[in-house]
Amino acid sequence: MLALLLRDIRLSIRAGGGALTGVIFFLAVIATIPFGVGPDLKLLARIGPAILWIGALLACLLGLDRLFQADREDGSLDLLVLGNDRHMLALTVLVKCVAHWAGSVLPLVVAAPLLGLFMNMEPLAIGATALTLLVGTPAITFIGAVGAAVAVALPRGGLLISVLVLPLTIPVLIFGVSASYGATANPDPFLQPFLILAALTLFLAVLGPVAAALALRHGTD
Amino acid sequence: MRLIAENLGGERGGAAVFSGIGFALEAGQALVVTGPNGSGKSTLLRVVAGLLPKAEGRVLLEGGGEEFPSIASACHYLGHQNAMKTALSVTENLRFWREFHGEGRLDVEEALETVGLGGIGHLPFGYLSTGQRRRAAIAKLLVSHRPLWLLDEPTAGLDKASEGRLAELMRGHCTDGGMIVAATHLPLGLEGAKALAMREAG
Repeated sequence: MLALLLRDIRLSIRAGGGALTGVIFFLAVIATIPFGVGPDLKLLARIGPAILWIGALLACLLGLDRLFQADREDGSLDLLVLGNDRHMLALTVLVKCVAHWAGSVLPLVVAAPLLGLFMNMEPLAIGATALTLLVGTPAITFIGAVGAAVAVALPRGGLLISVLVLPLTIPVLIFGVSASYGATANPDPFLQPFLILAALTLFLAVLGPVAAALALRHGTD
Repeated sequence: MRLIAENLGGERGGAAVFSGIGFALEAGQALVVTGPNGSGKSTLLRVVAGLLPKAEGRVLLEGGGEEFPSIASACHYLGHQNAMKTALSVTENLRFWREFHGEGRLDVEEALETVGLGGIGHLPFGYLSTGQRRRAAIAKLLVSHRPLWLLDEPTAGLDKASEGRLAELMRGHCTDGGMIVAATHLPLGLEGAKALAMREAG
């Protein structure tokens, strides 16, 4: 299992991996917002956490279609499915999700504080947003794994996955953004939405891989 | 250990590809599946491995014990694709499969020497030629132990010398008490292997 984790992280860093694509897309989205919205610093600071979350969410969806498709194309997926008796397939999927998150999504979380400066956010708001992204983005990956597993046999399934997955990620977005705002806006709570966000991630860490494994078992042809 | 298939049927997209296939393999025996294109050789292998649902009949492995409770856990499946990552080096690929599959047998370097790829383990898999890729995939069979080899066109892209080497490896595997089911067009050089000829569906 550790070997699988290391292999997938290594693949995402090597040429052709998705590690940089997401970050560059994220950067492009955030960098264009101030030009579109205008130089109203107060407004930028106010919408900052929401924009960072939306940008990160979309960047997360970007590389998801390759999660299983790359393995399917070179035949590795067959062997991963056959290994079910030694390494339960759901666990294999979980490890692949964690590797995908570490390789392609964690760079987004790391880049978020820097991009927060573009949005004229205060240090506290930046910190809160980065923290909620750290806790919330795994949930997006786990939901995305289900979409990726369902669409694994489809060429150009990327858009389909985004359409399938986006509605399901809305709760994550809502609680992530409200926790980020809760840290700065005084009457709003921080802890409650943050804990719900953490609960969503933990819940989906179980449900997502199990559902994705089921889809993969029946999707081989 | 015995591999038994009875009245096995397979389908693709709702249409029956083959039906009524039966065979029994004892430890140390090989089965060579031949037949024209589209006769269902690959489908048969995938049904036996459990990657495709069977339309009818049954296939089971007897005497695998706790170590190999099912066919999937007891088999090496070598399909049309080589299941290797082009961005990783040959050694990295093989080392990964060795750890993932468990039951380590040969070292990665030894396995590469055996298939005649000694000294190029550091190259990215993507740089290899078709035949070399196939040989690296065959090396994957050697790094971890499985009693049953399911080989789909194992000689695709191999030159004469490599074909001979593969035949030797397969004979060695059978001598060690392993079983082989191979789908092929070309003679594999396996003496005493059982033969199964698939007919065109229809």
